[in-house]
Amino acid sequence: MTRGLPLLMALGIISLSAAAAEPRKSGFEYMSPATQAMQKDDTQNPAMLWVKDGEALWNKADGGAGKSCASCHGDAAASMRGVAARHPAFDAGSGRPVNLTERINLCRQNRQQAKPHPPEHPELLSLASFVALQSRGQPIAPYRDARMAPFFSRGEQLFRQRIGQLDLSCAQCHDNNAGKRLAGNPIPQAHPTGYPLYRLEWQGVGSLQRRIRNCMSGVRAEPFAFHSGEMAELETYLASRAAGMPLDAPAVRP
Amino acid sequence: MWLSLAAGLGAWVVLRPAAAQAPTEDLAAAIKTYTGGAAVREGRIRFDIAELIDNGNSVPITISVDSPMTAASHVTSIAVFNEKNPQRDVARFQLGPRAGRATVSTRIRLATTQQLVAIARLNDGSWWSQRVDVIVTLAACIED
Amino acid sequence: MARTLITVPPSARRGEVIEIRTLIQHPMETGYRPGADGKVLARDLIRRFSCRYDDGSGSQLVFAAELYAAVAANPLISFHTVATASGTLTFTWEGDNGFMQSESVAIKVT
Repeated sequence: MTRGLPLLMALGIISLSAAAAEPRKSGFEYMSPATQAMQKDDTQNPAMLWVKDGEALWNKADGGAGKSCASCHGDAAASMRGVAARHPAFDAGSGRPVNLTERINLCRQNRQQAKPHPPEHPELLSLASFVALQSRGQPIAPYRDARMAPFFSRGEQLFRQRIGQLDLSCAQCHDNNAGKRLAGNPIPQAHPTGYPLYRLEWQGVGSLQRRIRNCMSGVRAEPFAFHSGEMAELETYLASRAAGMPLDAPAVRP
Repeated sequence: MWLSLAAGLGAWVVLRPAAAQAPTEDLAAAIKTYTGGAAVREGRIRFDIAELIDNGNSVPITISVDSPMTAASHVTSIAVFNEKNPQRDVARFQLGPRAGRATVSTRIRLATTQQLVAIARLNDGSWWSQRVDVIVTLAACIED
Repeated sequence: MARTLITVPPSARRGEVIEIRTLIQHPMETGYRPGADGKVLARDLIRRFSCRYDDGSGSQLVFAAELYAAVAANPLISFHTVATASGTLTFTWEGDNGFMQSESVAIKVT
């Protein structure tokens, strides 16, 4: 059993499903050797351009308080180790779980007196990429908090409910048919182990929520809005479903 | 239902070995303009493209020309042409003896199933080429 | 200023052939792609890349490339050069809309 799984089960946060009985695989394993090579080599991985930007932003003062991330958090390699792997995490002020980019925006607003960035803003993605890199190799360990339980449950419901004109649920492809091919493409298990990531289709770095929106468009459903309650629920469920798997951000995907 | 699903999802690229057909007229014309109509021989070039490519937006290629890269015998340029993108040119590389090795890598866009041609020029004025055929289909779960 | 990532070996032996890898953040907008409003996005490409090597005996062009719309976004260009002597490698990217950027990296040759 993966570390943390028994505790999460005791909290009623995880339920065994057919998917959990299968060995879990990162989307990395479904990619061609060429794309895998693009991800594995930091001198070739295009996402590293965003990471470099993120590092510069980490050290740059912003907002009315005249502080940079480094002013409070110091050396990111030390202070941010494991942080990305523990998100989404419950934020009392927001009354719900928040993901890493929402957390960065909360810090900007509350600590730096800086304007929060809109979703998918290049600076937000760069900072998130840089912070996520500090958790590379760390097991995904969503924050153990009983307040997360209702969001996990609703997230699981969303994952299993049929949506869109094509009337498909996430589970139908990513639990029941992962590993099989659909129109020539391998169907991954949809674990969020690599985010933020460089998607070849986007020709840039994007978030998990952007990718989920693409999936929803793919089945001809109205995508959930960025930073919506539904997204928080889905992200919470997906993180628990991937608990124990190593984070391999920033990834490259087709 | 599955056809429309396929339209929204799915992409793969497969390489067929270059027992290639003659390039389309457009491609041949572009090559002829580039070489000034000089004789071009097949060979001396290795055109590496992955056999299985996930997305036509970013396809790694490596082109290697067999040459000692000395002052006496070296590659002066390598050009890559395509058959069916909106434009024939992909990239042109300028080399010389200072390069040490006539190997260049980049990542390219492939709009659809088509042929690619690498053309190398040596300092003795000779021209060499290598063709590859690539198959491309639609990308999966796109923005709209 | 676009973000770049340049990989040069920290040191090399005289006469050694080294690989240089460059990455630059740039959309390489083709001029064929429609935007969200249906209108075609204006072409915005890097057109030319060059590497000059100043090893103490003057700056020499050791590699250059002309890029077209078929080169992927955030272009990766990897090539080789002979490590002649310690000095400076200067990489220049030029393109549409007056785009021009230069980066210099020291090279140590023993």
